[in-house]
Amino acid sequence: MLLITCPHCGPRPELEFTHGGEAHIARPENPAAMNAEDWTEYLYMRANPKGLHAERWRHLHGCARFFNALRDTTTDQFVATYATGQPRPDLKGAGQ
Amino acid sequence: MVELVTHASPMARHVLRGRPAALEAAEGALGFALPVQACRAASKGDVHALWLGPDEWLILSGISDGLGERLEGAMAAHPHALVEVSDRQIGLIISGAEAEAVLSVGCPLDLGLDAFPIGMCTRTVLAKAEIGLWRTGPNTFHLEVWRSFAAYVRQFLAAAAVVPV
Repeated sequence: MLLITCPHCGPRPELEFTHGGEAHIARPENPAAMNAEDWTEYLYMRANPKGLHAERWRHLHGCARFFNALRDTTTDQFVATYATGQPRPDLKGAGQ
Repeated sequence: MVELVTHASPMARHVLRGRPAALEAAEGALGFALPVQACRAASKGDVHALWLGPDEWLILSGISDGLGERLEGAMAAHPHALVEVSDRQIGLIISGAEAEAVLSVGCPLDLGLDAFPIGMCTRTVLAKAEIGLWRTGPNTFHLEVWRSFAAYVRQFLAAAAVVPV
């Protein structure tokens, strides 16, 4: 079983976590002023990289808080976890 | 022989969330400091504060000692959330030399004394149910189980206890 390091609770079994999609996607401040293409870009388009991917995760059956994680999509290894609001760690190979 | 699973005595339960000013006021009513270390519980008498999240605690107290009203009064001037959940969940006491092994059948955490010492508490899972798990002694755990899951959890633990582990 994978151990995922929650920024609050430390290393915990993967069963306690849920995946929350790609991280660092900010909701546009004024959606009414956007055209359909830009809205589609925000709503649906995701990076889907092969390699390091910044994702939101939630320690649902624990502290219940969201946090961000850098996960390698080829090996399923969690390279780093960090609190929401923090910038993506600048790790080697993180440029997709 | 002592029973492995028994019901905890009825108690009042409150979930408290708030910012530092509200928490300071709450501590005045509680009479002790809320635990700020992750996954730890603090107690005074029969009042217990269990860390659930960075700004969230489960407060257990005597069923009729009026702690909820005192907390509400103490924090009145500060934004906060104090939700009574006394009837949402029940307490189960898992006690005995096999307690750790039986819980480990369904709980993915390392429940050894080094990894899960006395006084540690956390939400986690037991088989298909979410539970609050709190170690109160070397061989004693307090489980907080949502009441609709309680029968399932009791039956799971009973089944786990008869399977060699």
